[in-house]
Amino acid sequence: MANIAPSVLRQASRLASKSVLSAAPRRGVPALARVARPTAPGASSTRAYVTESRRDNAQVETAIRLDKKELQKSGLALSGQDGQNAHVSPMADVLRQAAVMDEGQRPIYLDMQATTPLDPRVLDAMMPFYTGFYGNPHSRTHAYGWESEKAVEEARAHIATLIGADPKEIIFTSGATESNNMSIKGVARFFGRSGKKKHIITSQTEHKCVLDSCRHLQDEGFEVTYLPVNNNGLVDLEKLKAAIRPETAIVSIMAVNNEIGVIQPMEEIGKLCRENKVFFHTDAAQAVGKIPIDVNAMNIDLMSISSHKIYGPKGIGACYVRRRPRVRLDPIISGGGQERGLRSGTLAPSLVVGFGEACRIAKEELSYDSKRIKFLSDRLLNGLLSMEHTSQNGDPDHFYPGCVNVSFAYVEGESLLMALKDIALSSGSACTSASLEPSYVLRALGNSDESAHSSIRFGIGRFTTEQEIDYVLKAVRERVEFLRELSPLWELVQEGVDLNTIEWSQH
Amino acid sequence: MSVIAAARGDSAQKVLSLYRQLLRQGNQFAAYNFREYTKRRTRDAFRENRAVEDPRRVQELMQHGLKELQMLKRQTVISQFYQQDRLVVEGGLSGKDKGGKGGVVRQKDTGWD
Repeated sequence: MANIAPSVLRQASRLASKSVLSAAPRRGVPALARVARPTAPGASSTRAYVTESRRDNAQVETAIRLDKKELQKSGLALSGQDGQNAHVSPMADVLRQAAVMDEGQRPIYLDMQATTPLDPRVLDAMMPFYTGFYGNPHSRTHAYGWESEKAVEEARAHIATLIGADPKEIIFTSGATESNNMSIKGVARFFGRSGKKKHIITSQTEHKCVLDSCRHLQDEGFEVTYLPVNNNGLVDLEKLKAAIRPETAIVSIMAVNNEIGVIQPMEEIGKLCRENKVFFHTDAAQAVGKIPIDVNAMNIDLMSISSHKIYGPKGIGACYVRRRPRVRLDPIISGGGQERGLRSGTLAPSLVVGFGEACRIAKEELSYDSKRIKFLSDRLLNGLLSMEHTSQNGDPDHFYPGCVNVSFAYVEGESLLMALKDIALSSGSACTSASLEPSYVLRALGNSDESAHSSIRFGIGRFTTEQEIDYVLKAVRERVEFLRELSPLWELVQEGVDLNTIEWSQH
Repeated sequence: MSVIAAARGDSAQKVLSLYRQLLRQGNQFAAYNFREYTKRRTRDAFRENRAVEDPRRVQELMQHGLKELQMLKRQTVISQFYQQDRLVVEGGLSGKDKGGKGGVVRQKDTGWD
């Protein structure tokens, strides 16, 4: 009995404090609303000494919801009540009145040759394998394994149909680099063992991983021919024909160049190799899913494919290895004998499924995407080439429109990249972007050091918008003009002095 | 005859409803590029198949669209969980967004650090 009175007191005080809390937003709203119109009459209701209040009356969430309703009633803000900000905190609408909007800071992504964003459709296909289906696809004894295996085989079929192959000819690897290593080293080592086939042909504009694999094989006693390319970036078929010898094991020439985007004459090269009974390997990381490829029509024996260049997940790729006539390789990774024993190790079903879905979408959308990319590319290229002293690198007729490489004379490429902080661009492949050396691909085309230094690669993809292209055009035009104003060389050029005639004094 | 016409009218309404739903759902992507792509792809796909008369084909396309809608519903939610800062281009050509037409107020990047 004695403790009843204090407890009543305590309860009363708690209720009172609650009512203060719950009243706070109500008082706050008219104060905010006053900006727009005078306080609504009767906003403060009459209160008894101790009002009955429900337990959760003072919770913050309700307070906010109340705030919003009141605000709407008072006709303040909330004009942008569409989907975009409905999901942000409701307080965002209130905040907008007070806070200055921060401007968008994130650069536009225009480096689709380095990697591409993951397509939401692909992520959607992958999610089940990160949450529920975690079985090992090689487990043959239980349902977890079977369901994973089924999904993996479906994905394999999607990849195979994209390139016109048989699903059994697709070997999953960790990416195009591994596929390239596996193909070149594998074939060379297998056929070099007898000591007769000890020659490899590749081109000077290949990706670093192909060139480095070849360099590695040189140390092992193989002979390598690095074919020069023409000024437009295409391989000269006559030179290739002349380079093929009876002891040549493999020819490796990439389908689409990663820096200048030129498309090599795959069919002709394939035919030439088949006639001479030489294996033809192609690095098609930049080509698969972007231009139509058929391994049978092009006589390709080995092909490297990468998932993250076609809006798939990173960390997976594939290698096409022909079965008829059979291509035999020495596996680099040995182990449990998965993937026909060519690449042992457990597959990642989630990545494989994502890769498969990316290929399925790429096949479905090929014509739509290429039309769109051609349109954007033309817009960009016309805009850039309309500026003075700019030139496109690579063959203007045989190139993948999603890769536009342009040289801006009298501007340093790296400083232009620095000036274009709001656009994610690169002057060459991502592997070499850390060094300031001029691109070896552009040097192989016969470009001068200055020209190679001043070139920039623009990558256009599925998710690039027209607005972005217009923004880029405007930004590039402004900054190039600015940088040229700073350059003394530009001043000389404007005066009509030929830079080649100047004799720079030696210090 | 009237039944067929009614059925066609009914399906036309369904198609339009799906179209609207797809557009509305796609607009919920927090990422600018996905938002724009969904809008463009939906519009182009419906326009491309505008002349389709065969009811079976219409049914097929509808099923495809409904599947895409389900996907969009899941993926927009994920996109909203991991929001980044806006792109420079989202504020129009000037790159300056004054929060005019329902711009999203984001105080910081979410989901990364």
